[in-house]
Amino acid sequence: MSSQSPQALVAEEDQRSNGGPIINDFSIQVATVNGSGSQSSNTVLMRSIFQMGIPVSGKNLFPSNIAGLPTWFTIRANKDGWIARRKEIDFLVAMNSETAREDVMNLDPNRVVVYEETLKLNQYRKDLTFFPVPFAKLAIEITPDSRLRKLLANMIYVGVVGELLEIDPAEMELALTKQFKGKAKAVALNKTALDLGSKFARENFDKTTVPYKTQRMNATKGKIIIDGNSAAALGCMFAGVTVATWYPITPSSSLCEKLTDYMKDHRIDKDGKATFAIVQAEDELAAVGMAIGAGWAGARAMTSTAGPGISLMQEFVGLAYYAEIPVVIFDITRVGPSTGLPTRTQQSDILSLVFCSHGDTKHVVLLPASVEECFTMGYEAFDLAERFQTPIFVMSDLDLGMNNWMSDPFEYPTKKLDRGKVLTADDLKRLGSFQRYGDVDGDGIPYRTLPGTNHPAAAYFTRGSGHNENAVYSERPNDYKRNMDRLNKKYQTACDEVPQPEIISPKSAKIGFLAFGTTHWAIIESLDQLQREYKIPVSYFRLRALPFTKHLVEFFERHDRVYVVEQNRDGQMEMLVKAELPSELTGKIRSIRHYSGIPIDARFVTDELVAAEKGEK
Amino acid sequence: MSTTMQPPTAPKNTNRLGYVIADYKGGDSTLCAGCGHDAITSQIIKAFYEYGVDPYRVAKLSGIGCSSKTPAYFLSRSHGFNAVHGRMPALATGVMLANQTLISIGVSGDGDTASIGMGQFVHLLRRNVPMIYIIENNGVYGLTKGQFSATADLGSKAKSGVSNDLPAIDLCAMAIELGCNFVARSFAGDPKQMIALLKASLGHRGTALFDVISPCVTFNNHDGSTKSYKYAKDHEELLHDISYVPFFEQITVDYAEGETKDVELHDGSHIRLRKADKGYDPTNKSEALNSLRKSQELNEFLTGLIYINEEKPDFLTLLNMIDAPLATLPQERTQPSEDALREIMSDLM
Repeated sequence: MSSQSPQALVAEEDQRSNGGPIINDFSIQVATVNGSGSQSSNTVLMRSIFQMGIPVSGKNLFPSNIAGLPTWFTIRANKDGWIARRKEIDFLVAMNSETAREDVMNLDPNRVVVYEETLKLNQYRKDLTFFPVPFAKLAIEITPDSRLRKLLANMIYVGVVGELLEIDPAEMELALTKQFKGKAKAVALNKTALDLGSKFARENFDKTTVPYKTQRMNATKGKIIIDGNSAAALGCMFAGVTVATWYPITPSSSLCEKLTDYMKDHRIDKDGKATFAIVQAEDELAAVGMAIGAGWAGARAMTSTAGPGISLMQEFVGLAYYAEIPVVIFDITRVGPSTGLPTRTQQSDILSLVFCSHGDTKHVVLLPASVEECFTMGYEAFDLAERFQTPIFVMSDLDLGMNNWMSDPFEYPTKKLDRGKVLTADDLKRLGSFQRYGDVDGDGIPYRTLPGTNHPAAAYFTRGSGHNENAVYSERPNDYKRNMDRLNKKYQTACDEVPQPEIISPKSAKIGFLAFGTTHWAIIESLDQLQREYKIPVSYFRLRALPFTKHLVEFFERHDRVYVVEQNRDGQMEMLVKAELPSELTGKIRSIRHYSGIPIDARFVTDELVAAEKGEK
Repeated sequence: MSTTMQPPTAPKNTNRLGYVIADYKGGDSTLCAGCGHDAITSQIIKAFYEYGVDPYRVAKLSGIGCSSKTPAYFLSRSHGFNAVHGRMPALATGVMLANQTLISIGVSGDGDTASIGMGQFVHLLRRNVPMIYIIENNGVYGLTKGQFSATADLGSKAKSGVSNDLPAIDLCAMAIELGCNFVARSFAGDPKQMIALLKASLGHRGTALFDVISPCVTFNNHDGSTKSYKYAKDHEELLHDISYVPFFEQITVDYAEGETKDVELHDGSHIRLRKADKGYDPTNKSEALNSLRKSQELNEFLTGLIYINEEKPDFLTLLNMIDAPLATLPQERTQPSEDALREIMSDLM
């Protein structure tokens, strides 16, 4: 990663402070150890800022471990609504002795540090503002229980930070009550800790030395905070999912776990029976196999996994493609290959999804960028799967799936569920017969019947081996080729029905970005930086699904250079773009790649683009 | 005792649902002439016809291998799915989740079940997914021309003369250990026993497992093989003489008391076991396991209903699903209301 250019840093500082305190534009990093219960405290801190009407985002950078290893939680407040990760930390809360020194050394000058007094961090830097707090000692005042004291120390720092940043105490109390909803004892105990923190800061620190302040605004009214996996689970529930089969894997587990919670609340019939089945399978092979079996028998079926699970599912996915069976597969991507960095984010499964399985296969992949799209695409995926009788992938990532994001509330889907081309016994009475793999409508999509259809012409034999239009085993070259060509036609038909790209194209722009998924948040902020700091107008093509649509070629025709920005080493999307474009346009492709496992940030994109553009001249 | 299946009112040559036997047949077999699998196919056709199974309610499922081809050779009016190697259990589980009113019959082989599919197989048994699971066991990989499978007996000879030096997996013993509550072993050359057992399995709730020795005439029917027709015939030890009384017929008493044991199945049918020389009780788990172990030591090939327990709940019951198929539930029953979404959203504000 390149570091922020000094020029840009100065420009940003000027813009942020305007001489006085920096209002509603800062990032807080809390460094703790995982398993210490800091998640609740950080959520309370983030929520109280949100409740003050200030746009906010939270990112948890955690280890692949249950307890005892370093964890960092970053909260970014930004009055302009930028919610991508910001690389620079303004306000550090250092609770972890193991990383404290390094955390402090990494800060830019003039930043603020709240820390556990005994860590003596003020010895390392002279250019920072330090606020030592005896967290452990203060916690003793609240409870003699040493385990509880550790948890409460976390709520004490929330009180300290709140006081220093001038967060409204009423909002903090509200956020705390919401966090520990229904647990009166926990609310009381945590409230005591929160107040203790505020009081300590009030009595011991001069808060005017903190350059960062919160101030009430009105930018979050009516908004919600939710993580992408919960949003996707809601999308599935409102799509009327009936069968979900899954195997635990980070970062996707919470999707089916949340789905289970929601379904228990909203999908139990009056007589107490479930209108769904959720099964934790023995492995990913079984998870996708069950979903495919259920999809074949007519259920709205899904599974959710991450990269290693996708690898295991490949054989079955090829079967579902070739035998034409609807199934929805969520891939919440993480850092590969192999176990890789299982708790870090990346967009590196693109090729393994598009071409999932052996032989000539290609798949529809939806690319949500926001929690709202996790909901809408989660919903649309089932319609597409049943319409096209094929696996539909939804590629989210750890950053989107497991972090909390601010969003407009989700809108209730008004479209009737599309159950696809399914023939009933009555249809068959009328038609007399049907061809399972015939192309009656010219769109490449055949008709199917479900097991249990009471008509002599209903049954057919599904197989992964070669078959003709009547689903009869065939090794004839023409049968095979005709079928593969029809599958291709079906894929082309999907171009018009998948979520279409969103294109921002200023008239004066000669260059453009192409990005997808969570990279979006860095791109939109970078567009602003490029305009403000460098006066470079840049267009933006946000890809929302594969296959590509005609818009891709048009976008390349209109621009001199297009930077494909993605979070993987090999430029996987760039390869697909290159394969899609006519050869006279491929020379316009440029690439920006971010693959450290940390969410991409705007400054990185801006710096990379500016450097590359200099080279173009 | 009576074994005719037709209720008195049914027309001649039809079963109680009015279907003729041709309605239960499938396409022509492409297996080798004399293959044990074809014998089992005929037994399935006969059992389903005689029981009076509605073919539209059946799902035929399989993995990969010679055995897995056979669902194309029976019940052509039923939907069939020939999936990927060793993965039929997952598929079957999904099918039953989607539509629990279906009757699933899976056909697998010893390679498909005991090697590549072992992982899924044990979990299917553990869950007790309601289905009939037939292993057409011939001890070799037929489609790839005669390699040993994991059920080939220690010392059994391949066609090339090579001796198998690994012990066989006893799928019945394993199934009992894993909680399967209908475990039968049979022989493709014993249609009477197999048909009675198949009909009984149709009335069972849960996984009904059949380990059927089904000789491969091309690659494993020579001297020195322990899965040949001759070896099976010479070594078969019948646990009992089995007859089946369907739920729609009255039980008649033909035998002296103490000579037979009746087991009532979930659908009200009865299976009547006429004791061979030893008084075998198939509801006794330890006795079942002991008998299997003993038969191994004696190089006997034990057939019959080895274990049955009609008490254990099946997987779908545990999931507390509605009775109607999930697959065809209308939108108003699967999509929560706009109010529900509004409530969820306000909770997140």
